[in-house]
Amino acid sequence: MKKIYLDYAATTPLDKRVLKAMTPFLTEKYGNTMSLHSFGQEAKIALEKSREAIAGLIGAKSNEIIFTGSATESNNLALKGVAFRNKDRGRNIIISSIEHPCIIEAADWLKKQGFRITKLKVDKFGLVNPSDVLKAIEKDTILVSIIHASNEIGTIEPVKEIGEICRKKGVYFHSDASQSFGKIPINVEEMKIDLLTASSHKIYGPKGAACLFVKEGVIIEPLLHGGGQETGLRSSTVNAAAVVGFAKAVELSKKDMKKEYERISRLKDKVVKEVLKIEEAHLSGHPVKRLPNITSFWFSFIEGESLVIQLDLEKIAASTGSACSSVKLEPSPVLLAIGLKPHQAHGSLRISFGRYTKDSDIDYLIKVLPEVVKKLRKISPFYYKNK
Amino acid sequence: MDKFGLYTKKVIEHFKNPHNYGKMKNPDGIGKVGNIYCGDVMHLYIKIAKNKKNQEVIKDISFETFGCAAAISTSSVVTDLAKGKTIDSALKINNRDVVKKLGSLPSIKIHCSLLAVDALSEAVYDYLSKDKREIPKELLKRHERISKNRDEIEKRYAKWIK
Repeated sequence: MKKIYLDYAATTPLDKRVLKAMTPFLTEKYGNTMSLHSFGQEAKIALEKSREAIAGLIGAKSNEIIFTGSATESNNLALKGVAFRNKDRGRNIIISSIEHPCIIEAADWLKKQGFRITKLKVDKFGLVNPSDVLKAIEKDTILVSIIHASNEIGTIEPVKEIGEICRKKGVYFHSDASQSFGKIPINVEEMKIDLLTASSHKIYGPKGAACLFVKEGVIIEPLLHGGGQETGLRSSTVNAAAVVGFAKAVELSKKDMKKEYERISRLKDKVVKEVLKIEEAHLSGHPVKRLPNITSFWFSFIEGESLVIQLDLEKIAASTGSACSSVKLEPSPVLLAIGLKPHQAHGSLRISFGRYTKDSDIDYLIKVLPEVVKKLRKISPFYYKNK
Repeated sequence: MDKFGLYTKKVIEHFKNPHNYGKMKNPDGIGKVGNIYCGDVMHLYIKIAKNKKNQEVIKDISFETFGCAAAISTSSVVTDLAKGKTIDSALKINNRDVVKKLGSLPSIKIHCSLLAVDALSEAVYDYLSKDKREIPKELLKRHERISKNRDEIEKRYAKWIK
């Protein structure tokens, strides 16, 4: 039997059309974008075309897109870049308690450098309340960073409302859109976003490519100093093949966004409906304000890792939460932030799907999951039926 | 080493078909270790009988575990190792014996093998103390260490316990 991949929120396969667009830049068009000769200029033109395509998806200008090597790098650049450039204006940075580890860790590091971090609470669905942002902004606040859509529970944050508040208050607003970019519409102008992180490998592009949108007029410090690529904000030889692949992935996502959103929503509705038929199964995240491709559940009396391994044995690849936290033993901070108790958070399962997920894959999951849950509950000291 | 992802095939075998699982009716001793906050809880049950040489042996043993694949497989192995053994030799089982039976464990999961052995010691401790018997010094030391750990963890996670 073929293996079924239901972990698209961790990463996605490369679309073959993306690979086709990339290949020439790995083989014959290998020039360095900084070179003056034809090889270099060929790569440079491709780089700038790619920048335009990506900017176009979020309503930005192409000179506002900085290519980086990962969403983690983009998020680090946003936080540290704004912090160090504006440290004379203020030392307070506001984030939410359901950010990706790369925001949390970067903020923790900045705290050690003398910045003050405010971590906003979320409600039981994982929503940040915009009025909490307003209340939290102080005289020395320089940046607010709120994830657009949660990588663990899929909840979509009220980014536009938060953007409006920040703009009015004269505070920079960054949003990590790693999961939402290419899946739901984003317009940085309308949403009043000053900095935005987007990633390639979550939308069928290659790994090692991401970008940070930095609104014209917003000045940040670079993390990497060197040859001055990306207008001095990210020195490094440009990975032209990856950037071209990223742009192709954007083009494909843009073309089918609405259709794909509807198809995936239908799959999600089916998964949620069927999984919730399992005794003591619970949905995490907002019932409506959520990305359609990420579903997150928790099952009473059992532990998530054993659930994931058991599913893997049945040829289904899923996740407990975030792929980045699977080596840590503590329960997910995101699930604790939405009010789950540690033992509940330990029972989490994230099922995320995408372009190549078929109805039959979902049918198979729905058939296997109840059996697997039942099997693990038989061994559990907490399952009441064992008493 | 033959592996299935993170784990050896041996771990997966025990995980898929754990030996000796389930609650025991009227056990002579129960060992409850681990904590829900870290994500591993083991309950281990033993029944004691005398063999022909009039020594006390673990006649029956079973477990219930909430936890990862490593926690479930180490529970299964420790029950296999202890079954039929005299109390004295069961207490000699250590976590290296458990890991050896499984081939290996990822280093982050070694604590599961310790937990499984602790569960067994606690079950024996429970049996001996219920019977008002003298507790071997080594076992008493282990019991004190396990209780101390439990208190520390409960203190650390106090905000979650309420």
